[in-house]
Amino acid sequence: MKWDEFFVLGDPMIYGAMVSIVAASMAIVVGLTYFKKWRWLRDEWLTTVDHKRIGIMYIICALLMLFRGGVDGLLMRGQLAMPENGFLDAQHYNEIFTTHGVIMILFMAMPFIIGLMNIVIPLQIGARDVAFPYLNAVSFWLFFAGAMLFNISFVIGGSPDAGWSAYFPLASTEFSPSVGNNYYAIAIQIAGIGTLMTGINFIVTILKMRAPGMTLLKMPMFTWSILITNVIIVFAFPVLTVALALMTLDRLFGTHFFSMTDGGMDMLWANLFWVWGHPEVYIVILPAFGIFSEVISTFSKKNLFGYKSMVASMVAISALSFLVWVHHFYTMGQGALSNSFFSITTMLIAVPTGVKIFNWLLTMYKGKIQFTTPMMYALGFIPIFTFGGITGVMLAMASADYQYHNTMFLVAHFHYVLIPGTVFGVLAGFYYWWPKIFGFMLDDKQGKRAFWWIAISFNVTFLPLFALGLKGMTRRTYTYSEESGFGPLNLLASIGSVGLAIGFILLVYNIYWSFRYAPRLNGNNDPWDARTLEWATHTPVPAYNFAITPEVSSVDTLWDEKLGKHKIFKGKLEEIHMPNTSFMPFWMAIAFFFWGFFMVFSWWIPAIIAVIPIVYFLFARSFSNDHGFHISAKELEEEEKKLRGETK
Amino acid sequence: MAKLFPKEHIIGFLSSIALTIAALMVLYLDVSFAVKMTILLVTAGLQASLQLILFMHIGESKEKGTLYTNIIYALFVAVVTIFGSLFVLVWDWY
Repeated sequence: MKWDEFFVLGDPMIYGAMVSIVAASMAIVVGLTYFKKWRWLRDEWLTTVDHKRIGIMYIICALLMLFRGGVDGLLMRGQLAMPENGFLDAQHYNEIFTTHGVIMILFMAMPFIIGLMNIVIPLQIGARDVAFPYLNAVSFWLFFAGAMLFNISFVIGGSPDAGWSAYFPLASTEFSPSVGNNYYAIAIQIAGIGTLMTGINFIVTILKMRAPGMTLLKMPMFTWSILITNVIIVFAFPVLTVALALMTLDRLFGTHFFSMTDGGMDMLWANLFWVWGHPEVYIVILPAFGIFSEVISTFSKKNLFGYKSMVASMVAISALSFLVWVHHFYTMGQGALSNSFFSITTMLIAVPTGVKIFNWLLTMYKGKIQFTTPMMYALGFIPIFTFGGITGVMLAMASADYQYHNTMFLVAHFHYVLIPGTVFGVLAGFYYWWPKIFGFMLDDKQGKRAFWWIAISFNVTFLPLFALGLKGMTRRTYTYSEESGFGPLNLLASIGSVGLAIGFILLVYNIYWSFRYAPRLNGNNDPWDARTLEWATHTPVPAYNFAITPEVSSVDTLWDEKLGKHKIFKGKLEEIHMPNTSFMPFWMAIAFFFWGFFMVFSWWIPAIIAVIPIVYFLFARSFSNDHGFHISAKELEEEEKKLRGETK
Repeated sequence: MAKLFPKEHIIGFLSSIALTIAALMVLYLDVSFAVKMTILLVTAGLQASLQLILFMHIGESKEKGTLYTNIIYALFVAVVTIFGSLFVLVWDWY
């Protein structure tokens, strides 16, 4: 292999990216050394098994990836702003829409959701940590290794360019000979193993570690949504694991699972991809539903309307989500019978979703609504998401879909569900739980300003795409002629995308400003006057979460305590058993990263060598005899006094 | 010492390898399609139950409710995926 095949050369933007990567890495190293923060980094972050810290790291990664994916989106809109634009060439455009999709779904939406569930779930169910804290760290670092491996592809070797769905035969070595799609197969595989372990971890945590009194039907709605999400993860992700493994075998070892010849079946990839891919849509949307339920109930000062129907509709969605995958490829050659079947199942999913929309509306009905930033995102979500949902029912009709398939109409539809659903959801959760994590609130006025920029610009960006799609503009085309008449609406969409960028810059400024100037809560544990258990403990949360195991009486157990119906903390201080920190998850993920990198380039000997530390760490963990440590009741009492501000 | 030796795990590990080799023999044996499929289905069934019993300790939990819900859900997803794929890609293919 020559150097010009290894590094991506010849594009000034890529050179700029290389320089900024090197400069940023050097700045981090110099900064850590100058401020003597290496030890802090190791002790507090790299080795941590604390669910709150792991959650924070997930969210930092998600925000970074949001900006990487956002820049990809801006580049696409820049290219499409004018007919016959020469800003990006076809190859570069292909790479950018591929990485935009993969990064936004797998390395932005997923870690943001997993980050929030890491921070909130143990607190909301009254547990001291997740069921397997060490495994949780392994999950995070594997995700991190996968994300980094995927991200270096655009400077080393070239990015994948066959779309985020990487359909065969396009994604085969015959039509995509560069290493780009090897990155796709291996980076997502590594991150996917982490996600799968997160799924198991949180199912066990929620089923086994709830506080006394919290029966399944007394769990807060966010906990319910996360339980269902993780069940879907555990059943859907193995399909992706297998599909990616077969893809790796096809691309690296010349097998013929998805080839057109020798008994291979190219359609099988699309089939397996969407068997995972459609449940994946619900994996990223259900937690947002849970967040909105919490936010709407808290800021309407009412309990959630139709709790049991909410739960039932989520369980229904979890089953239905496995029954609809064919609607992603109605036009690929199967008969009318299967298309009709999957049309009906797809439309059925609108029923439980509609139930949820009405439940939120009725929760607000006659409520005392407070227009805080998280509530703004929830209120914005309902109409915009309904728009996306209804266009989804349009797309669900197989015969009509022959018109919409692969057009900008589809692009508009899924942005209309994923942005108000997932992005607004995680942003609402981010603003809502921020004070719990950091002990101060994000400035409300600035937050609302960012919200309005994002909400309005979002519509300016994506509403024109519905019209463009109906006029016949296909997705994934890097240019169009002036005669097509697509120009003006595309320009409008591109202007909207600039507004979206401004909105997200305002959001970051909001975080920065609040870090420096926002008033600290100083012992106020419940700034939103909320209803659930996570607000009952100290803010910021101590490492052990709850000094005394809480007892739960209802869904809104903290609210009940405020009404004087019961007391949450009845017991006395007892010794607490805590897990030890460990450096092994971090180093194991580094080994995975190098293994993946060598596999991408088919460097077999280094790849085999990189497997050795992975196996070593697995064995080391199996034979380790680490029983954690204990915090005695006396230490606990002193710590609690300090947190209550009774002693200095 | 006898207690410390993970006999079940070693047996499980070796037999899972043996079953894999047996399944792989389909590629090299000169037998009819029906026999090949029988070999694959039988080894797959044995392999799955081996993993579930020896490594995942199915049946050792006291909470049968969770266990059965889990199995039913897993069967639902597996059946839907397999027969759905056959339906779309084979039986209803033009």
